[in-house]
Amino acid sequence: MGELKKEVDELSGVETTGHEWDGLKELNNPLPKWWLYIFYASIVWSIGYWIVMPSWPLVSSYTAGVIGYSQREVATREFDTAMAERAETGSKLLEASLDEIRSTPELLEFAMASGSAAFADNCAPCHGTGATGFVGYPNLQDDVWIWGGTMDDIAQTISYGVRSEHEDTRFGEMMAFGRDEILNKEEIAAVANYVAANLAGSTPEEGADLALGETVYVDNCAACHGDEGLGSPELGAPNLTSPNYLYGNSVEAIEAQVYSPRHGVMPPWIDRLGETTVKSLAVYVHSLGGGQ
Amino acid sequence: MKTNADPTAQLDEDTWFVSAEKVYPQAVKGRFRTIKWAILFVTLGIYYFLPFVRWDRGAGAPDQAVLIDFEARRAYFFFIEIWPQEVYYLTGLLVIAAVALFLMNAVAGRVWCGYLCPQTVWTDLFMKVERFFEGDRRDRINLDKEPWTGTKIARKTGKHTVWLLIAWWTGGAWVLYFADAPTLVYELATGQASLIVYGWIAILTFTTYSLAGHMREQVCTYMCPWPRIQAALTDEYALNVTYRADRGEPRGHLKENKKRLEEGLPAGDCIDCHQCVAVCPTGVDIRKGSQLECIQCGLCIDACDNIMTKVGKPTGLIAYDTDINMDRREQGLDPIYRFVRPRTIIYVGIIVIAAGIMLYTLINRQMMDLSVVHDRNPLYVTQNEGVVRNGYTLRLLNKESSAQDFTLMVRSQDGNFRAEVVGADTNSDGSITLEVGADRTRQVRALVFSEPNATLPVSSALDFVLTNNETGESVLITDFFRTAEHTTQ
Repeated sequence: MGELKKEVDELSGVETTGHEWDGLKELNNPLPKWWLYIFYASIVWSIGYWIVMPSWPLVSSYTAGVIGYSQREVATREFDTAMAERAETGSKLLEASLDEIRSTPELLEFAMASGSAAFADNCAPCHGTGATGFVGYPNLQDDVWIWGGTMDDIAQTISYGVRSEHEDTRFGEMMAFGRDEILNKEEIAAVANYVAANLAGSTPEEGADLALGETVYVDNCAACHGDEGLGSPELGAPNLTSPNYLYGNSVEAIEAQVYSPRHGVMPPWIDRLGETTVKSLAVYVHSLGGGQ
Repeated sequence: MKTNADPTAQLDEDTWFVSAEKVYPQAVKGRFRTIKWAILFVTLGIYYFLPFVRWDRGAGAPDQAVLIDFEARRAYFFFIEIWPQEVYYLTGLLVIAAVALFLMNAVAGRVWCGYLCPQTVWTDLFMKVERFFEGDRRDRINLDKEPWTGTKIARKTGKHTVWLLIAWWTGGAWVLYFADAPTLVYELATGQASLIVYGWIAILTFTTYSLAGHMREQVCTYMCPWPRIQAALTDEYALNVTYRADRGEPRGHLKENKKRLEEGLPAGDCIDCHQCVAVCPTGVDIRKGSQLECIQCGLCIDACDNIMTKVGKPTGLIAYDTDINMDRREQGLDPIYRFVRPRTIIYVGIIVIAAGIMLYTLINRQMMDLSVVHDRNPLYVTQNEGVVRNGYTLRLLNKESSAQDFTLMVRSQDGNFRAEVVGADTNSDGSITLEVGADRTRQVRALVFSEPNATLPVSSALDFVLTNNETGESVLITDFFRTAEHTTQ
């Protein structure tokens, strides 16, 4: 290196560093020293940073730093601030009736935003992110409501659940007509075909005894589901004239439900979410479009 | 390259790094110096006092002419008001700024660096302060060599104090663009302003003081990317500060060259007085040709013209000149100037187009807007009685400074649809009246229903028309109405 260092590039008159790549030589146009000092200052800064801020990982913890900065604390503080900011509108929501919330743009906007977030966190796992439900989990978008589709009905269902452990729960169970031997196989097949053909709008099996089905229906089903099959929200008896059956509207599905009905459970949410959120959810779910 | 630095300073040849040599620029009077002072007064005057200019926008709106209100998410520039949705104006401004720099470069080289760059303007101001306290070039060199006496301490303290005051005012003026200026000045004076404000003032005080007071030409040479970009942007037709070597060489002292002429030897006009070097704020020798450090401020032209006048020779030995004319003079041809050429035409064209688009959108800027987002899940819902329903999220924007009533109408050529907005009543003609508060947006959920068992295409074009009841201004957004495949016939 020593002797190469003196080498001077002919064209530019600048000394070279002695580094050469495929015949190209690097000129030595030195940087000012303050560049170097800034680099040293950055190193000193980083040492200061280790001391002041959380930095080094230890086996089960980390060095906390002398000012005790914690991102979790910052996040908690921001969360508390946000909650405090929301508290004012939240308390208005608590006082207002569901109809008042709906007709006050400020409260409606708040309820919709908070309801939409709460729905995604708590309801979407069963009812779907688009609230369209699954087999056994009601579709909240359509205008078919087992337990009623007014905002108050929805708020009550959300609050106390269906067949839940809460004392105010909505409760209704269909008899197990087949399993408990109230009806025989032929009668069940007949009534399933009758419901499919006359109420659900699906295709009955060929040669089904629809007359027997009607008799069975009038004797056993009409008490809850109504003569016209329109159901009864008070009892939680589904409307059988809607094509949107909770467990499907094919003859097999109806037969299975009549033989040994499945009874889904919705948990009560009031203790977990609080009244403000439940109200927001009721307004939100109602506003999806199917509300009554 | 530095030749006007302290001549006794030693270059450390054995390291990869060198000490930055301190430049002691000498004061100079002349045409370009006057232009630079004028620009300094105008630009700094605007910067320091613009926040105090008032502009009446009516009740409820800020009355500051230029204001960037981050909290309310609005930017104001005299009669222009920008919402966050309209930051594309900023894109337009940046496009124009960039191309204007290219154009400047194609016409007159680094004229931005020499006259308009904040670094240059503030450095000029700081140098003026330095001369006031420490004297001109020679006095400053001597003062720096002197031992620390009472006078030296007094002069240096005076200089740094005034520098810091200017720097502090620079930071202070900056924050005034982001809040109501008189209010903020009062808050700052009474210590009520937020810590962020003081922090910003501190940061800008530090950067102004260190960049304009201490770093100066080091910023241009080592930190700024623009000199590198400009090296690629200049061409043979661009005016650059040029030493006319054809006229100046061979250089020699006045008497020496006179003698050479008498002996019949060639002698140039350059008397090698080094005045061009002494006044240079970046410490280069322009006679070595165009170089990276040169910011093209023209002060060496002033210095050289003064000397040429004194020795009775024509001025313009150093002047704004082009490469092509240097060559032509050597060949005995007349100089040519061509500012209208494809490059400049294209740059002007881009500026005109960008400015035209901005002006058009600005003139046609609506005081209201509507956005329509169709539900993604579900796309449609089939209700009882064969009614198909689609859900939409609408956002209404009211840019007026008072609350406005709007009428929403939904229509389609494919069939009759009925619209509802959650929480609002539908009028007898099927329209919906919605109020939006002053200078704000309102989001609502809209539901659109088909007629029972209607025959509809899978997707129908659906128009949302929003009209301001008072002004009649209206916006049309076309979205779609979706049905199940099987309803098509």
